[in-house]
Amino acid sequence: MWAYLHKLASPQGFYALSVRLSPWCWGLALTLMVVGTIWGLGFAPADYQQGNSFRIIYVHVPAALLAQSIYVTMAVAGLVFLVWRIKLADMAATAMAPLGAAMTFLALFSGAVWGVPTWGTWWQWDARLTSMLLLLFLYFGVLALRGALGGRQSAARAASVLTLVGVINIPIIQYSVEWWYTLHQPATFSVTSRPAMPSDMWLPLLVMVLGFYCLFLAVTLTRTRHEILRREASRRWVRALTGEGS
Amino acid sequence: MRRQRRQRLQVILAMLVLAAIAAGLMLYALRSNINLFFSPMQVVAGEAPMDRPIRAGGLVAKDSVKRDPQSLAVRFAVTDHVESIQVRYRGILPDLFREGQGVVVLGELQPEGWVRADEVLARHDENYMPPEVADALKEAGYAPEDYRDRADQSPPPAGTQPDAGVE
Amino acid sequence: MAFDSWQAFLAMGGHGVYVWSAYGVALLLLSGTVLQVRLERRRVWRRVSRQARRGRQRGMDRGAS
Repeated sequence: MWAYLHKLASPQGFYALSVRLSPWCWGLALTLMVVGTIWGLGFAPADYQQGNSFRIIYVHVPAALLAQSIYVTMAVAGLVFLVWRIKLADMAATAMAPLGAAMTFLALFSGAVWGVPTWGTWWQWDARLTSMLLLLFLYFGVLALRGALGGRQSAARAASVLTLVGVINIPIIQYSVEWWYTLHQPATFSVTSRPAMPSDMWLPLLVMVLGFYCLFLAVTLTRTRHEILRREASRRWVRALTGEGS
Repeated sequence: MRRQRRQRLQVILAMLVLAAIAAGLMLYALRSNINLFFSPMQVVAGEAPMDRPIRAGGLVAKDSVKRDPQSLAVRFAVTDHVESIQVRYRGILPDLFREGQGVVVLGELQPEGWVRADEVLARHDENYMPPEVADALKEAGYAPEDYRDRADQSPPPAGTQPDAGVE
Repeated sequence: MAFDSWQAFLAMGGHGVYVWSAYGVALLLLSGTVLQVRLERRRVWRRVSRQARRGRQRGMDRGAS
Protein backbone atom coordinates (compact mmCIF):
# COMPACT_ATOMS: atom_id res chain seq x y z
CA MET A 1 0.00 0.00 0.00
CA TRP A 2 2.65 2.52 1.06
CA ALA A 3 4.97 1.38 -1.69
CA TYR A 4 2.17 1.86 -4.21
CA LEU A 5 1.40 5.33 -2.89
CA HIS A 6 5.05 6.20 -3.03
CA LYS A 7 5.25 5.16 -6.63
CA LEU A 8 2.19 7.30 -7.41
CA ALA A 9 3.66 10.32 -5.66
CA SER A 10 6.75 10.10 -7.81
CA PRO A 11 6.43 12.10 -11.03
CA GLN A 12 7.37 9.10 -13.10
CA GLY A 13 4.77 6.82 -11.52
CA PHE A 14 2.05 9.43 -11.79
CA TYR A 15 2.98 10.07 -15.40
CA ALA A 16 2.38 6.43 -16.29
CA LEU A 17 -0.94 6.39 -14.44
CA SER A 18 -2.05 9.60 -16.12
CA VAL A 19 -1.24 8.31 -19.59
CA ARG A 20 -3.35 5.25 -18.91
CA LEU A 21 -6.32 6.95 -17.24
CA SER A 22 -6.76 10.32 -18.92
CA PRO A 23 -8.22 9.14 -22.27
CA TRP A 24 -11.01 7.35 -20.38
CA CYS A 25 -11.72 10.47 -18.34
CA TRP A 26 -11.88 12.69 -21.40
CA GLY A 27 -14.16 10.23 -23.19
CA LEU A 28 -16.46 9.81 -20.21
CA ALA A 29 -16.60 13.56 -19.60
CA LEU A 30 -17.55 14.29 -23.20
CA THR A 31 -20.18 11.54 -23.31
CA LEU A 32 -21.82 12.49 -20.02
CA MET A 33 -21.84 16.19 -20.81
CA VAL A 34 -23.33 15.72 -24.28
CA VAL A 35 -26.00 13.37 -22.92
CA GLY A 36 -26.72 15.65 -19.97
CA THR A 37 -27.00 18.77 -22.15
CA ILE A 38 -29.37 17.18 -24.64
CA TRP A 39 -31.43 15.65 -21.85
CA GLY A 40 -31.54 18.82 -19.81
CA LEU A 41 -32.21 21.22 -22.67
CA GLY A 42 -34.58 19.14 -24.75
CA PHE A 43 -36.22 16.49 -22.63
CA ALA A 44 -36.40 17.53 -18.98
CA PRO A 45 -39.74 19.17 -18.15
CA ALA A 46 -39.96 22.92 -17.56
CA ASP A 47 -40.45 24.19 -14.01
CA TYR A 48 -43.96 25.12 -12.89
CA GLN A 49 -42.85 28.59 -11.80
CA GLN A 50 -39.76 29.45 -13.79
CA GLY A 51 -40.60 27.79 -17.08
CA ASN A 52 -37.63 27.08 -19.31
CA SER A 53 -35.14 29.37 -17.59
CA PHE A 54 -34.95 26.52 -15.07
CA ARG A 55 -32.78 24.67 -17.61
CA ILE A 56 -29.87 26.93 -16.63
CA ILE A 57 -29.61 24.71 -13.54
CA TYR A 58 -27.86 22.08 -15.67
CA VAL A 59 -24.78 24.28 -16.07
CA HIS A 60 -25.12 26.42 -12.95
CA VAL A 61 -25.15 23.71 -10.29
CA PRO A 62 -22.34 21.52 -11.75
CA ALA A 63 -20.16 24.61 -12.25
CA ALA A 64 -20.74 25.82 -8.69
CA LEU A 65 -20.05 22.37 -7.24
CA LEU A 66 -16.88 22.00 -9.25
CA ALA A 67 -15.68 25.50 -8.36
CA GLN A 68 -15.76 24.57 -4.68
CA SER A 69 -14.50 20.99 -5.07
CA ILE A 70 -11.50 22.14 -7.08
CA TYR A 71 -10.68 24.72 -4.46
CA VAL A 72 -10.82 22.17 -1.64
CA THR A 73 -8.67 19.76 -3.66
CA MET A 74 -6.15 22.55 -4.27
CA ALA A 75 -6.06 23.29 -0.55
CA VAL A 76 -5.41 19.64 0.32
CA ALA A 77 -2.67 19.54 -2.31
CA GLY A 78 -1.23 22.74 -0.83
CA LEU A 79 -1.15 21.19 2.64
CA VAL A 80 0.56 18.05 1.33
CA PHE A 81 3.09 20.19 -0.49
CA LEU A 82 3.84 22.43 2.49
CA VAL A 83 4.11 19.65 5.07
CA TRP A 84 5.54 16.70 3.16
CA ARG A 85 7.26 18.71 0.42
CA ILE A 86 5.81 16.47 -2.28
CA LYS A 87 6.35 18.38 -5.50
CA LEU A 88 3.73 16.39 -7.35
CA ALA A 89 1.03 17.88 -5.09
CA ASP A 90 2.06 21.36 -6.14
CA MET A 91 2.10 20.38 -9.80
CA ALA A 92 -1.46 19.06 -9.46
CA ALA A 93 -2.57 22.26 -7.71
CA THR A 94 -1.04 24.31 -10.53
CA ALA A 95 -2.78 22.15 -13.09
CA MET A 96 -6.30 22.53 -11.72
CA ALA A 97 -6.35 26.23 -10.77
CA PRO A 98 -7.40 27.67 -14.17
CA LEU A 99 -10.32 25.24 -14.50
CA GLY A 100 -11.44 26.20 -11.00
CA ALA A 101 -11.42 29.87 -11.93
CA ALA A 102 -13.32 29.13 -15.13
CA MET A 103 -15.96 27.15 -13.23
CA THR A 104 -16.38 29.89 -10.63
CA PHE A 105 -16.86 32.41 -13.41
CA LEU A 106 -19.36 30.11 -15.12
CA ALA A 107 -21.32 29.66 -11.88
CA LEU A 108 -21.45 33.43 -11.35
CA PHE A 109 -22.35 34.18 -14.96
CA SER A 110 -25.04 31.51 -15.30
CA GLY A 111 -26.42 32.58 -11.93
CA ALA A 112 -26.61 36.21 -13.01
CA VAL A 113 -28.30 35.28 -16.26
CA TRP A 114 -30.73 33.07 -14.36
CA GLY A 115 -31.38 35.82 -11.83
CA VAL A 116 -32.70 38.28 -14.39
CA PRO A 117 -35.91 36.37 -15.24
CA THR A 118 -36.44 34.77 -11.81
CA TRP A 119 -35.37 37.34 -9.22
CA GLY A 120 -35.63 40.45 -11.34
CA THR A 121 -31.97 41.33 -10.85
CA TRP A 122 -28.67 39.93 -12.03
CA TRP A 123 -26.72 40.83 -8.92
CA GLN A 124 -27.35 41.46 -5.24
CA TRP A 125 -24.72 41.72 -2.52
CA ASP A 126 -26.18 38.78 -0.68
CA ALA A 127 -23.97 36.43 1.29
CA ARG A 128 -23.98 33.56 -1.22
CA LEU A 129 -23.23 35.71 -4.25
CA THR A 130 -20.58 37.77 -2.49
CA SER A 131 -18.72 34.77 -1.05
CA MET A 132 -18.74 33.16 -4.50
CA LEU A 133 -17.23 36.35 -5.96
CA LEU A 134 -14.58 36.17 -3.24
CA LEU A 135 -13.82 32.62 -4.40
CA LEU A 136 -13.21 33.93 -7.92
CA PHE A 137 -10.80 36.53 -6.53
CA LEU A 138 -9.00 33.83 -4.51
CA TYR A 139 -8.52 31.85 -7.72
CA PHE A 140 -7.22 34.97 -9.47
CA GLY A 141 -4.87 35.58 -6.54
CA VAL A 142 -3.44 32.07 -6.73
CA LEU A 143 -3.02 32.29 -10.50
CA ALA A 144 -1.42 35.74 -10.25
CA LEU A 145 1.03 34.58 -7.57
CA ARG A 146 2.13 31.69 -9.73
CA GLY A 147 2.36 33.95 -12.75
CA ALA A 148 4.27 36.76 -11.04
CA LEU A 149 6.74 34.74 -8.98
CA GLY A 150 8.63 32.90 -11.67
CA GLY A 151 10.85 31.20 -9.10
CA ARG A 152 9.18 27.85 -8.65
CA GLN A 153 9.75 27.28 -4.94
CA SER A 154 8.60 30.65 -3.63
CA ALA A 155 5.65 30.80 -6.01
CA ALA A 156 4.53 27.35 -4.97
CA ARG A 157 4.78 28.16 -1.28
CA ALA A 158 3.01 31.50 -1.52
CA ALA A 159 0.23 30.03 -3.65
CA SER A 160 -0.22 27.10 -1.25
CA VAL A 161 -0.45 29.38 1.78
CA LEU A 162 -2.98 31.64 0.04
CA THR A 163 -5.04 28.63 -1.02
CA LEU A 164 -5.05 27.24 2.51
CA VAL A 165 -6.12 30.49 4.14
CA GLY A 166 -8.83 30.96 1.53
CA VAL A 167 -10.34 27.56 2.25
CA ILE A 168 -12.21 29.22 5.15
CA ASN A 169 -14.42 30.78 2.48
CA ILE A 170 -15.75 27.37 1.41
CA PRO A 171 -17.94 26.64 4.48
CA ILE A 172 -19.09 30.25 4.28
CA ILE A 173 -20.28 29.69 0.71
CA GLN A 174 -21.89 26.41 1.73
CA TYR A 175 -23.80 27.67 4.74
CA SER A 176 -24.40 31.29 3.71
CA VAL A 177 -27.91 30.44 2.60
CA GLU A 178 -28.69 28.93 5.99
CA TRP A 179 -26.92 31.38 8.29
CA TRP A 180 -28.25 34.57 6.78
CA TYR A 181 -31.20 35.89 4.84
CA THR A 182 -30.14 35.72 1.21
CA LEU A 183 -31.81 36.15 -2.13
CA HIS A 184 -30.32 32.81 -3.18
CA GLN A 185 -32.38 29.75 -2.26
CA PRO A 186 -30.97 26.85 -0.20
CA ALA A 187 -28.91 24.10 -1.80
CA THR A 188 -30.37 22.02 -4.60
CA PHE A 189 -27.87 19.24 -4.38
CA SER A 190 -27.21 17.70 -1.05
CA VAL A 191 -25.80 14.39 0.09
CA THR A 192 -27.99 14.10 3.15
CA SER A 193 -31.49 14.78 1.85
CA ARG A 194 -33.60 13.73 -1.07
CA PRO A 195 -33.47 16.12 -4.06
CA ALA A 196 -36.32 18.60 -4.10
CA MET A 197 -37.36 17.72 -7.62
CA PRO A 198 -38.72 14.71 -9.45
CA SER A 199 -36.32 12.29 -11.09
CA ASP A 200 -36.95 13.42 -14.68
CA MET A 201 -35.48 16.78 -13.67
CA TRP A 202 -32.90 15.43 -11.29
CA LEU A 203 -31.33 12.63 -13.37
CA PRO A 204 -30.03 14.92 -16.13
CA LEU A 205 -28.55 17.10 -13.39
CA LEU A 206 -26.79 14.07 -11.92
CA VAL A 207 -25.42 13.16 -15.36
CA MET A 208 -24.13 16.72 -15.85
CA VAL A 209 -22.52 16.80 -12.41
CA LEU A 210 -20.75 13.49 -13.06
CA GLY A 211 -19.65 14.77 -16.47
CA PHE A 212 -18.17 17.92 -14.94
CA TYR A 213 -16.30 15.86 -12.35
CA CYS A 214 -14.89 13.61 -15.08
CA LEU A 215 -13.71 16.73 -16.88
CA PHE A 216 -12.03 17.92 -13.70
CA LEU A 217 -10.24 14.58 -13.43
CA ALA A 218 -9.27 14.60 -17.11
CA VAL A 219 -7.94 18.16 -17.08
CA THR A 220 -6.03 17.58 -13.84
CA LEU A 221 -4.43 14.33 -15.00
CA THR A 222 -3.43 15.76 -18.37
CA ARG A 223 -2.19 19.13 -17.16
CA THR A 224 -0.28 17.62 -14.24
CA ARG A 225 1.47 15.44 -16.81
CA HIS A 226 2.40 18.55 -18.79
CA GLU A 227 3.64 20.19 -15.61
CA ILE A 228 5.80 17.14 -14.87
CA LEU A 229 7.29 17.26 -18.37
CA ARG A 230 7.94 20.97 -18.09
CA ARG A 231 9.66 20.81 -14.73
CA GLU A 232 11.58 17.60 -15.33
CA ALA A 233 12.43 18.13 -19.00
CA SER A 234 16.11 17.51 -18.38
CA ARG A 235 15.65 14.22 -16.52
CA ARG A 236 16.77 11.07 -18.20
CA TRP A 237 13.38 9.30 -18.04
CA VAL A 238 11.69 12.26 -19.68
CA ARG A 239 14.31 12.39 -22.40
CA ALA A 240 13.80 8.69 -22.99
CA LEU A 241 10.10 9.41 -23.71
CA THR A 242 10.90 11.39 -26.85
CA GLY A 243 11.93 8.18 -28.55
CA GLU A 244 8.29 7.10 -28.38
CA GLY A 245 7.00 10.43 -29.72
CA SER A 246 4.07 12.33 -28.23
CA MET B 1 12.98 15.03 9.52
CA ARG B 2 9.85 13.53 10.97
CA ARG B 3 9.73 16.14 13.71
CA GLN B 4 10.20 18.86 11.15
CA ARG B 5 7.16 17.66 9.27
CA ARG B 6 5.07 17.59 12.40
CA GLN B 7 6.19 21.10 13.22
CA ARG B 8 5.25 22.35 9.77
CA LEU B 9 1.85 20.70 10.05
CA GLN B 10 1.31 22.32 13.46
CA VAL B 11 2.29 25.75 12.20
CA ILE B 12 -0.08 25.46 9.25
CA LEU B 13 -2.94 24.18 11.36
CA ALA B 14 -2.40 26.96 13.89
CA MET B 15 -2.42 29.49 11.07
CA LEU B 16 -5.66 28.03 9.73
CA VAL B 17 -7.33 28.02 13.14
CA LEU B 18 -6.32 31.65 13.72
CA ALA B 19 -7.58 32.69 10.30
CA ALA B 20 -10.84 30.82 10.90
CA ILE B 21 -11.29 32.53 14.28
CA ALA B 22 -10.60 35.91 12.71
CA ALA B 23 -13.10 35.25 9.94
CA GLY B 24 -15.63 33.93 12.45
CA LEU B 25 -15.32 37.02 14.66
CA MET B 26 -15.65 39.28 11.68
CA LEU B 27 -18.77 37.51 10.45
CA TYR B 28 -20.16 37.57 13.98
CA ALA B 29 -19.57 41.32 14.29
CA LEU B 30 -21.15 41.91 10.91
CA ARG B 31 -23.91 39.35 11.34
CA SER B 32 -26.83 41.72 10.97
CA ASN B 33 -25.25 43.49 8.02
CA ILE B 34 -24.73 40.27 6.12
CA ASN B 35 -28.43 39.56 6.05
CA LEU B 36 -29.69 40.80 2.74
CA PHE B 37 -33.02 41.84 4.22
CA PHE B 38 -35.03 42.44 7.38
CA SER B 39 -37.96 40.20 8.17
CA PRO B 40 -41.31 41.86 8.96
CA MET B 41 -40.80 40.83 12.59
CA GLN B 42 -37.54 42.79 12.72
CA VAL B 43 -39.11 45.79 11.00
CA VAL B 44 -42.02 45.85 13.44
CA ALA B 45 -39.58 45.49 16.35
CA GLY B 46 -37.86 48.66 15.13
CA GLU B 47 -34.59 47.05 14.10
CA ALA B 48 -34.67 48.52 10.61
CA PRO B 49 -33.33 52.07 10.15
CA MET B 50 -35.60 54.86 8.93
CA ASP B 51 -32.98 57.17 7.48
CA ARG B 52 -31.62 54.98 4.74
CA PRO B 53 -33.10 52.53 2.22
CA ILE B 54 -33.70 49.06 3.59
CA ARG B 55 -34.50 45.66 2.18
CA ALA B 56 -37.40 43.78 3.65
CA GLY B 57 -38.16 40.20 2.80
CA GLY B 58 -40.87 37.66 3.37
CA LEU B 59 -43.84 36.13 1.62
CA VAL B 60 -46.45 38.10 -0.26
CA ALA B 61 -49.52 37.76 1.97
CA LYS B 62 -52.51 35.93 0.50
CA ASP B 63 -55.28 38.22 -0.83
CA SER B 64 -53.22 41.33 -0.13
CA VAL B 65 -52.20 42.35 -3.67
CA LYS B 66 -54.16 45.36 -4.88
CA ARG B 67 -53.32 46.75 -8.30
CA ASP B 68 -54.33 50.19 -9.46
CA PRO B 69 -56.14 49.59 -12.76
CA GLN B 70 -54.99 52.94 -14.18
CA SER B 71 -51.25 52.66 -13.51
CA LEU B 72 -48.49 50.28 -12.56
CA ALA B 73 -48.97 51.08 -8.88
CA VAL B 74 -49.48 48.10 -6.64
CA ARG B 75 -49.91 47.54 -2.91
CA PHE B 76 -49.29 44.32 -1.09
CA ALA B 77 -48.31 43.01 2.33
CA VAL B 78 -45.11 41.12 3.11
CA THR B 79 -45.48 38.64 5.92
CA ASP B 80 -43.47 36.10 7.89
CA HIS B 81 -46.66 34.57 9.32
CA VAL B 82 -46.14 36.53 12.54
CA GLU B 83 -46.03 40.16 11.49
CA SER B 84 -46.68 41.81 8.18
CA ILE B 85 -45.80 45.14 6.64
CA GLN B 86 -47.49 47.08 3.86
CA VAL B 87 -45.56 47.80 0.68
CA ARG B 88 -46.39 50.30 -2.05
CA TYR B 89 -44.63 50.02 -5.37
CA ARG B 90 -44.88 51.51 -8.83
CA GLY B 91 -43.22 49.58 -11.63
CA ILE B 92 -42.85 46.25 -13.31
CA LEU B 93 -42.98 43.22 -11.05
CA PRO B 94 -40.83 40.12 -11.70
CA ASP B 95 -42.47 37.17 -13.45
CA LEU B 96 -42.39 35.08 -10.32
CA PHE B 97 -44.26 37.67 -8.26
CA ARG B 98 -47.50 36.22 -6.92
CA GLU B 99 -49.28 35.76 -3.64
CA GLY B 100 -47.48 33.33 -1.40
CA GLN B 101 -44.17 33.92 -3.21
CA GLY B 102 -41.02 34.96 -1.37
CA VAL B 103 -39.96 38.53 -2.23
CA VAL B 104 -37.33 41.06 -1.24
CA VAL B 105 -38.36 44.71 -1.53
CA LEU B 106 -35.86 47.54 -1.57
CA GLY B 107 -37.13 50.88 -0.40
CA GLU B 108 -37.60 53.40 2.38
CA LEU B 109 -39.42 52.59 5.56
CA GLN B 110 -41.98 55.29 6.29
CA PRO B 111 -42.68 56.55 9.83
CA GLU B 112 -46.20 55.09 9.55
CA GLY B 113 -44.69 51.63 9.15
CA TRP B 114 -45.12 50.95 5.45
CA VAL B 115 -42.40 50.65 2.85
CA ARG B 116 -42.18 52.68 -0.32
CA ALA B 117 -40.42 50.23 -2.60
CA ASP B 118 -38.12 51.19 -5.46
CA GLU B 119 -37.42 47.63 -6.43
CA VAL B 120 -39.16 44.30 -5.92
CA LEU B 121 -37.19 41.07 -6.31
CA ALA B 122 -38.66 37.58 -6.26
CA ARG B 123 -37.13 34.85 -4.17
CA HIS B 124 -37.72 31.28 -5.03
CA ASP B 125 -37.27 28.07 -3.12
CA GLU B 126 -35.19 25.03 -3.99
CA ASN B 127 -38.19 23.01 -5.09
CA TYR B 128 -38.48 22.43 -8.79
CA MET B 129 -41.19 20.43 -10.51
CA PRO B 130 -43.02 20.17 -13.81
CA PRO B 131 -46.36 22.02 -14.03
CA GLU B 132 -48.30 18.75 -14.08
CA VAL B 133 -46.80 17.65 -10.79
CA ALA B 134 -47.56 21.04 -9.21
CA ASP B 135 -51.17 20.79 -10.41
CA ALA B 136 -51.51 17.27 -9.08
CA LEU B 137 -50.14 18.38 -5.71
CA LYS B 138 -52.55 21.28 -5.58
CA GLU B 139 -55.46 19.00 -6.42
CA ALA B 140 -54.45 16.68 -3.61
CA GLY B 141 -54.59 19.65 -1.26
CA TYR B 142 -50.87 20.31 -0.87
CA ALA B 143 -48.99 23.48 -1.65
CA PRO B 144 -46.12 22.91 -4.12
CA GLU B 145 -43.79 24.05 -1.35
CA ASP B 146 -44.72 20.93 0.61
CA TYR B 147 -43.13 18.68 -1.98
CA ARG B 148 -39.85 18.24 -0.20
CA ASP B 149 -41.42 18.04 3.25
CA ARG B 150 -43.57 15.20 2.12
CA ALA B 151 -40.57 13.56 0.50
CA ASP B 152 -38.34 13.43 3.56
CA GLN B 153 -39.76 15.51 6.40
CA SER B 154 -36.87 17.97 6.31
CA PRO B 155 -37.52 21.46 7.72
CA PRO B 156 -38.77 24.11 5.32
CA PRO B 157 -36.13 26.38 3.77
CA ALA B 158 -34.88 29.38 5.67
CA GLY B 159 -36.72 32.60 5.09
CA THR B 160 -40.09 31.01 4.36
CA GLN B 161 -40.60 30.22 7.99
CA PRO B 162 -41.08 32.85 10.68
CA ASP B 163 -38.32 31.86 13.06
CA ALA B 164 -35.69 31.09 10.43
CA GLY B 165 -32.38 32.76 11.12
CA VAL B 166 -33.53 33.96 14.51
CA GLU B 167 -32.84 30.85 16.46
CA MET C 1 -39.29 15.86 -25.89
CA ALA C 2 -40.35 18.97 -24.00
CA PHE C 3 -40.83 21.12 -27.12
CA ASP C 4 -43.13 20.88 -30.14
CA SER C 5 -40.86 22.54 -32.71
CA TRP C 6 -37.38 23.88 -33.29
CA GLN C 7 -38.72 27.42 -32.94
CA ALA C 8 -40.13 26.60 -29.52
CA PHE C 9 -36.83 24.99 -28.57
CA LEU C 10 -34.86 28.07 -29.56
CA ALA C 11 -37.32 30.47 -27.94
CA MET C 12 -37.33 28.58 -24.62
CA GLY C 13 -40.72 30.09 -23.78
CA GLY C 14 -39.37 33.63 -24.02
CA HIS C 15 -36.33 32.87 -21.88
CA GLY C 16 -34.13 31.97 -24.84
CA VAL C 17 -31.66 34.81 -24.30
CA TYR C 18 -30.91 33.72 -20.76
CA VAL C 19 -30.76 29.98 -21.36
CA TRP C 20 -28.68 30.20 -24.53
CA SER C 21 -26.24 32.76 -23.19
CA ALA C 22 -25.60 30.57 -20.12
CA TYR C 23 -25.02 27.50 -22.28
CA GLY C 24 -23.01 29.54 -24.78
CA VAL C 25 -20.59 30.80 -22.15
CA ALA C 26 -20.32 27.26 -20.76
CA LEU C 27 -19.43 25.93 -24.21
CA LEU C 28 -16.93 28.75 -24.72
CA LEU C 29 -15.17 28.11 -21.40
CA LEU C 30 -15.09 24.34 -21.82
CA SER C 31 -13.81 24.41 -25.40
CA GLY C 32 -11.30 27.05 -24.35
CA THR C 33 -10.05 24.66 -21.68
CA VAL C 34 -9.69 21.82 -24.15
CA LEU C 35 -7.89 24.06 -26.65
CA GLN C 36 -5.52 25.34 -23.99
CA VAL C 37 -4.67 21.79 -22.93
CA ARG C 38 -3.90 20.79 -26.53
CA LEU C 39 -1.71 23.83 -27.18
CA GLU C 40 0.08 23.24 -23.93
CA ARG C 41 0.78 19.65 -24.91
CA ARG C 42 2.41 20.76 -28.17
CA ARG C 43 4.50 23.38 -26.38
CA VAL C 44 5.64 21.01 -23.66
CA TRP C 45 6.65 18.27 -26.09
CA ARG C 46 8.60 20.71 -28.22
CA ARG C 47 10.51 21.73 -25.12
CA VAL C 48 11.16 18.15 -24.07
CA SER C 49 12.48 17.14 -27.48
CA ARG C 50 14.70 20.22 -27.60
CA GLN C 51 16.17 19.25 -24.24
CA ALA C 52 16.63 15.69 -25.43
CA ARG C 53 18.45 16.82 -28.57
CA ARG C 54 20.73 19.03 -26.53
CA GLY C 55 21.41 16.15 -24.18
CA ARG C 56 22.30 13.83 -27.03
CA GLN C 57 24.58 16.45 -28.59
CA ARG C 58 26.39 16.90 -25.32
CA GLY C 59 26.79 13.16 -25.11
CA MET C 60 28.26 13.04 -28.66
CA ASP C 61 30.64 15.93 -27.94
CA ARG C 62 31.93 14.11 -24.95
CA GLY C 63 32.34 10.95 -27.00
CA ALA C 64 34.38 12.81 -29.68
CA SER C 65 36.85 14.55 -27.39
